[in-house]
Amino acid sequence: MKPSEQTRSLGRKIAGIAVLLAGFLLAATLCFGSSPNGSQIPSIFKPQSTPADSIFRLSLLVLTITGLIFIIVFSLLVYSVVKFRKRGGDDGREPPQVYGSNQVELAWTVIPVLVVLVLFFATARVIHSIQDAPKPPGTIEVIAIGHQFWWEFRYPALGVVTANELHVPVSDSSNPSPTFITLLSADTDHSFWVPRLAGKTDLIPNRENHTWIDPHETGLYLGQCAQYCGTQHAKMLLRVYVDSREQFDQWVEDEKKPAVVNDQVGEGRRIFETTACLNCHAVSGTVADGHFGPDLTHLMSRATIASGAAPNTPEQLKIWIRNPDSIKPGSLMPAMKLNEKDLDALTAYLVTLR
Amino acid sequence: MSSVAVARPSNESAWVLPSRGRVGMFTLIAAESAVFTIFVVAYIYYIGKSLSGPTPKDLLELPIFSTVCLLSSSLTIHLAVRALRQGRVGVFGFWWFLTMALGAIFLVATGREWHHLIYEKGLTISTNLFGTTYYSLVGLHAFHVTVGLLAIALAMIFTLLGKVKPEHSERLDVFSLYWHFVDVVWVIVFTVVYVIGR
Amino acid sequence: MASDTIALGIADPDARPIGERLHDWVVTVDHKKLGILYILYSLLMLVIGGVEATIMRIQLIVPHNHFVSPQVFNRMFTMHGTTMIFFVAMPILFGFGTYLIPLMIGTRDMAFPRLNAFSFWMTAFGGLLLYFSFIGGNGLYGAGNAPDVGWFAYAPLTSRAFSPGHSTDFWTLAILVSGIGSIGTAVNFITTILCMRCPGMTLGKMPLLAWLNLVTGGLVILAVSPLTAAQIMLSIDRFLGGHFFDTQAGGAAVLWMHFFWIFGHPEVYVLIIPCFAFASEIIPVFSRKPIFGYPVMVGASVAIGFISMSVWAHHMFTVGMSSYGNAFFTATTMVIAVPTGIKIFNWIGTMWGGKIQFRAPMLFCIGFLFQFLIAGLTGIMLGASPFNWQLGNSYFVVAHFHYVIVGGILFTVFGAFYYWFPKMSGRMYSEALAKWHFWLFLIGFHLTFDFMHIPGMLGMPRRIYTYEPGRGWEIWNLIVTIGVFFQIAGVLVFVVNLLWSLLKGEPAGNDPWDAWTLEWSTTSPPPDYNYATIPVVESRRPLWDLKHPEDPDWKYE
Repeated sequence: MKPSEQTRSLGRKIAGIAVLLAGFLLAATLCFGSSPNGSQIPSIFKPQSTPADSIFRLSLLVLTITGLIFIIVFSLLVYSVVKFRKRGGDDGREPPQVYGSNQVELAWTVIPVLVVLVLFFATARVIHSIQDAPKPPGTIEVIAIGHQFWWEFRYPALGVVTANELHVPVSDSSNPSPTFITLLSADTDHSFWVPRLAGKTDLIPNRENHTWIDPHETGLYLGQCAQYCGTQHAKMLLRVYVDSREQFDQWVEDEKKPAVVNDQVGEGRRIFETTACLNCHAVSGTVADGHFGPDLTHLMSRATIASGAAPNTPEQLKIWIRNPDSIKPGSLMPAMKLNEKDLDALTAYLVTLR
Repeated sequence: MSSVAVARPSNESAWVLPSRGRVGMFTLIAAESAVFTIFVVAYIYYIGKSLSGPTPKDLLELPIFSTVCLLSSSLTIHLAVRALRQGRVGVFGFWWFLTMALGAIFLVATGREWHHLIYEKGLTISTNLFGTTYYSLVGLHAFHVTVGLLAIALAMIFTLLGKVKPEHSERLDVFSLYWHFVDVVWVIVFTVVYVIGR
Repeated sequence: MASDTIALGIADPDARPIGERLHDWVVTVDHKKLGILYILYSLLMLVIGGVEATIMRIQLIVPHNHFVSPQVFNRMFTMHGTTMIFFVAMPILFGFGTYLIPLMIGTRDMAFPRLNAFSFWMTAFGGLLLYFSFIGGNGLYGAGNAPDVGWFAYAPLTSRAFSPGHSTDFWTLAILVSGIGSIGTAVNFITTILCMRCPGMTLGKMPLLAWLNLVTGGLVILAVSPLTAAQIMLSIDRFLGGHFFDTQAGGAAVLWMHFFWIFGHPEVYVLIIPCFAFASEIIPVFSRKPIFGYPVMVGASVAIGFISMSVWAHHMFTVGMSSYGNAFFTATTMVIAVPTGIKIFNWIGTMWGGKIQFRAPMLFCIGFLFQFLIAGLTGIMLGASPFNWQLGNSYFVVAHFHYVIVGGILFTVFGAFYYWFPKMSGRMYSEALAKWHFWLFLIGFHLTFDFMHIPGMLGMPRRIYTYEPGRGWEIWNLIVTIGVFFQIAGVLVFVVNLLWSLLKGEPAGNDPWDAWTLEWSTTSPPPDYNYATIPVVESRRPLWDLKHPEDPDWKYE
């Protein structure tokens, strides 16, 4: 290859790398740059809870160290590729044949070992602080049970059972009220991941796992199942509502009540209780006590249905009951094969379950 | 034509490398050991974890007789190969036959134990965790004994046909490494299943 | 000469009938033909795996897309992963090893030629079994198709209850069968390298490719066997009613994970170590210097082999191990970075002070160095377990491992292709087409896999057939998918280059690169018997000694 071609090719190579690096930096700025707190982007770099925060701060250290290593080694690489390329007027002789150097090998063994030690100790501290955290008196206990493809949430001490949308109180560092979640599974492996609140922990059948969050700001935090659990793994979404203390207490009060009774939707309720619905679903205060599917006692208190797959409106409810596969193909709820009249009545009943 | 990198005459020590058969057999044994290790780990992990059904303590008795047979077959195979190396084909045939018989006795005894466990005690591979891990581990070992026994039987046939000669002793020695391995595995399985696990 | 050439499109006046030549290939036990068979098989599977990836990326180009159903998507990621690992990466690396090892250590064939053939055909049959699932997976039970349980098939999703039909069984048996082939190849590699080196070639004088394939062989023996055991256990569960991974009967899902990753982690070293070998052969030749620090390179490789057996649970940081467990595996994962980094430094040291020629093999190896550095660093990030609790099972991990596999492994494989293609075929490839291949593929690779890290950091988990809008993931998925088309273009150019060069390439001669290891002393392609007289060597670079008798290597080693 002619020398000028070589230089040009080299120039192109470096230019290409520079463009990509610039693009990457731009991307990084875009996603790490400030955005309103209410944004729904579940970025791990916008922590709002102590576990997520500890991880974030560890990540800064790790990124700094790895970034430095990258810059140093990348520079060495670029330098050697540029400086030691075969030039135009080359005399054709082989360069000095160097076989190695013990001092250099020692240096670039010892320094990485030291780096590894620093990283390891920093990491071990964070592992311990998150996994072995104590439970203060104001702790809210939740049991999360993973199902194919929805989340069951139970608050044993408060007598609340709900599904798919988790409500927790905001936690103030002077009087902490974190939420400790016990993670169980009814079928296969799942994983609970709400990036702004904590790292993910798996839900594994026949095994009890634990995680905790102590959100510092109210708001809605998004997440989803992060361990492949079958066909509709992608739509096993999570919504965590961090409420103020008063809002949370009010929510608990509302959830504890049995289902609203409204005589105008008696027909729909009759359909619910005499067809297969009650085999899978529970409505507290009625004969429906199935546990395969989500508890529907306060269905209308939720913003979404089918674990986030559709918004909770009467139209969507109808579509869901008529044919779940049209919203979430592969979900385990069967199409109920009701005629339109029955479907309307049933939906009218469900809409009253506030 | 290929050109050759001829260097100055090297120093006169002979260029000796390990025998291919031995190295190959050792790597195979290493691979099989890794497989057995996983089954042993599963067995140990599940000790005491069955939710229902019979336990080892209820059902298992030490298989002393079959163990003695199998372990003695290691001795007999060693004597067989040594005899062949020394050119005594008849003696080789005798010890080889004994090896085959002892291996066969082991398999028959295992079969009888299993028959008893399945038909009289109701323990199958699907009964509980103990059943699954027991039959898998002991069965995997018995499978390896069977494969070895088939090879021994084949060699026996060749011996009876007069085809086995002293120059084959190296190959049969390599094969005997496999047989010794099977015996060592049995020692481990015996200890884990019949001693520790009960 | 006529009967010795590999009959692959080279016009030959006294060629035998095509039927006879094909029959030769089917029954061959010659390591060179088997090596080429492995490589061609892998290339075919690469294209199929690439189609599966493209289907997934098109589905993910926008949220709530309807290009394929969730069932099809889930089969795609399962088949893509399984195909690429077991039927592309492993066979192509075994193929290069099978072809090169006997030539580079100065012998005529592998230790066990028939076992060699058996291993290839077992691997090929495994692939056939896996793909037969597309038509046969419906079985007698009327459910299932291709497997859709993910390439690591976590229990209890793989139990009969959650995966009815036979799709999972095809997966299990395909891997079991090809695993037997892999173990056979490993037995051959180890035995050949230990027992058949030419006189004068002590372990300290053999090419790094031989050393690294020795370590790889050891890892295959120790790692594929646990997978074989786990597959047998899964089959016992699925066919005989066993309870190894049956959580209803007290079994542990986590046990499958341990067994799988005890295989899975060393497996990735099985994949990358032969690529270190390619880099260690190519970089010195195109820098015109010997490899920097040969003994340290050997030591580092062996260390990597050992340490790799102790890091497996870094794939399991989220399953709820104790803080001590997590800390232990964080420690070992970080420790393995040390010998790996040493190797990168040694490659840079090789280029330092040299006269670098930017031919295609070297371009791909420079790309490898740059990309493997980044991949190693994202690996360190993932090794810090709390960071892993956020990034594990997300697109960050997918980006990381593709960075290693495509950016590291595939790049060096392309480099190896171009480097040894003249030797294997007797023809030179087109350098211009090779450069097009390099640049198109480089751009596509970076578009796809650089930007793929970002959705992971923004909360996008893996193995989802669609995603919600409004989470900030859309733009990145779009860019990632666009990159795929550049990669496809690059691979197309590569295939065209291969075919064109086979038919029309310039005759290569014995030693087009002015290289120093034994394979360059034979004709291109080598005769069936490799060497008429077994060579005797005195140093690590026997051909350097021949070409520079006034300054031979053995004076300095």
